[in-house]
Amino acid sequence: MTQAAELSVFSQRAPLSPVKVGMLTFLFSEVAFFGTLIMAYVYFLHQTTQEEPTPRQVFHLPTVLAASACLFSSSATIHLAERALHRDSVRGFLAWWGLTIVLGVLFLVGTGLEWNDLLSTWGLTMSRNLFGTTYFTLVGFHALHVTIGVLVMSIVFGLAQGRQITAANRTGVEVVAWYWHFVDGVWVVVFTLVYLVGR
Amino acid sequence: MAVAEYETGRERPPWTAVLHEWVTTVDHKKIGIMYFLMAVVFLVIGGAEAMVMRFQLLWPESRSVPPDVFNQMMTMHGTTMIFFAAMPILAGIANYIVPLQIGARDMAFPRLNALGLWVTLFGGILAYFSFATGGAPAIGWFAYAPLTEHAFARGPATDFWILGLLVSGIGSLSGAINLVTTVLSLRCPGMTLRKLPLYTWMAFWANVQILFAIPPLTAALVMLLFDRLFGAHFFDAQAGGSPYLWQHLFWFFGHPEVYILILPAFGMVSEVIPVFSRKVIFGYEFVAASTVAIAFVSFGVWAHHMFCVGMTRTVDVYFAAASLIVGVPTGIKTFNWLATAYGGRWRMAAPMLFCLGFLSMFVIGGLTGIMLAMAPMDYQLSDSYFVVGHFHWVIIGGILMGLFAGVYYWYPKVTGRMYSERLARWQFWLLLIGFLLTFGPMHFAGILGMPRRIYTYPVDRGWELWNQVASLGAFLQAPSYLIFVWNLLFSLKTGAPAGDDPWDAWTLEWATTSPPPSYNFETIPTVRSRRPLWDLKHPDDPDWKYE
Repeated sequence: MTQAAELSVFSQRAPLSPVKVGMLTFLFSEVAFFGTLIMAYVYFLHQTTQEEPTPRQVFHLPTVLAASACLFSSSATIHLAERALHRDSVRGFLAWWGLTIVLGVLFLVGTGLEWNDLLSTWGLTMSRNLFGTTYFTLVGFHALHVTIGVLVMSIVFGLAQGRQITAANRTGVEVVAWYWHFVDGVWVVVFTLVYLVGR
Repeated sequence: MAVAEYETGRERPPWTAVLHEWVTTVDHKKIGIMYFLMAVVFLVIGGAEAMVMRFQLLWPESRSVPPDVFNQMMTMHGTTMIFFAAMPILAGIANYIVPLQIGARDMAFPRLNALGLWVTLFGGILAYFSFATGGAPAIGWFAYAPLTEHAFARGPATDFWILGLLVSGIGSLSGAINLVTTVLSLRCPGMTLRKLPLYTWMAFWANVQILFAIPPLTAALVMLLFDRLFGAHFFDAQAGGSPYLWQHLFWFFGHPEVYILILPAFGMVSEVIPVFSRKVIFGYEFVAASTVAIAFVSFGVWAHHMFCVGMTRTVDVYFAAASLIVGVPTGIKTFNWLATAYGGRWRMAAPMLFCLGFLSMFVIGGLTGIMLAMAPMDYQLSDSYFVVGHFHWVIIGGILMGLFAGVYYWYPKVTGRMYSERLARWQFWLLLIGFLLTFGPMHFAGILGMPRRIYTYPVDRGWELWNQVASLGAFLQAPSYLIFVWNLLFSLKTGAPAGDDPWDAWTLEWATTSPPPSYNFETIPTVRSRRPLWDLKHPDDPDWKYE
């Protein structure tokens, strides 16, 4: 390969900014983290010849479906928020971004309702049986990630209201959106595993 | 700021200003030095714990040390050496050297870098805080369930151990994110990935491994913590949980971990041998590609630690074969180093000496590794002193030898002074002889059936001699580490001024002053080959014509 050709392959200016590479790297490690929790859930899935309550008894699908719909649609709204920012429309950005936060909060409310039902109606805790152990750990860590996302997005929202976020410095917004898409993607797997396969 | 004001004047800044400067710094070089110092302190502590164990094992039926203290020493020795000595020392050197080698002014995220350091240190302190709760954990460094469950490990010591590892894991992870990002996005003009110095390349892959190996450990530790604090049942067999799962999760981290430790040492050797043989590295592409092969294959071999658990034959065969395959890229590297050194004009300074120690010892350690990788052999030797001997052979004969080569190689750059060659030679020979005497006999004791982690042993098993030689070796080794620390400290004041490039080396860190200024390079360099300084020194015959 000639010198010039080689330079064009590995271009001088790295194709992604450090912030983006850093976020991708972080998400790569998150794959390993959630991968482990998910594997543990799968591992215990068919060993649940244990005392009640079982997944089939306790899950109230309408609540879960509504909450999941909120989370899944928030991936679309955050994308629209980015598009608005790209067009330099701060108002549009604030609207879509705010809606994303609301959807994230609604998801958390859904999780809260579900947990409340599990705890008060069924007495299902982490120590009750293996289902409780794995369920609260996996879903809890996902909910923790949603909570962190909502907090970070709220900070971005505040900054945008103060006109601190523009099309010129939207890298931060982009990587927060990547994080949010990732959290969404994890929920696709967790939802399928916990509520569809695991029931 | 405070210190900078004093730099022009002759007056020394007050120590509070110096302390403030170091605690608040985000300079990758200062952070690297602090990682290094933290690691050296923990190295000495971990070494002292090993001495306690060797003292106890000096005689059969000995009662020199209480049994519970022995178990605590055993646990904390392993934990300390892996998580609070080896990991930080490698993180520190990578922090210092990698930005210099790629012509960058700092790491990609300087404040995250500082966070990583302090969090790692805090993790170490947390783990050691367990002593204040009435005794350190006594669970062994890989903490097999169900010994770690509440019923068997009462008291908060094990919780502190978990928290310490969780916290320092966050430190390792943030450091890895930082280093990987730095290498991917802050290289100077002309430095394509194919022109990376081999140390940077290998440190990069070690950190990619950290990204994928530490999170599973974090998840496993969280599960264990939930078991202990909230009554969860992950590893509790009575409630349907599985101690076996812990073994899988721990070794999924644990096996890549040894490559996380040895890859940077490989990198240091790959820098030192060419410079001290006055030859270009033989087969750069093969050394580089075999690094990637090791990084990937090492994620598929973890269950060779678990042959005795009773997995199916298919699983045994797969993990034995995969483990043997690791020998291929490692062997490629060894031949490359030999071919580089072969026919060169050797400069027998300390870095080269340690490289030769590394090459010879690491090959032997690799061979005992191949013995252990074969499942039938492992059935006999698993959890015996043979494993302890093998593991330490690779860790000390491989990682530490390479590490010392790197430390002496870069010491003049970091301090601006030469180390004492005489002390370094004393250290090398004491270490080598002590090392052979300590860990060689462990293999024999293991073959004779001595299990690892036993507090004491009966008289009539034939283990006595081997244990006494091992303890003698350990007592010979101990001063070598103290000489090392002494050499580093003493040479700060008495060492001859080193100059910018005392080894006539070829990578970018030698292009700046010793020690480098806080901004590293006055102008960001441009490189055209893998040996930019050679090009600079030999404009008539530059490397880029041939690469």
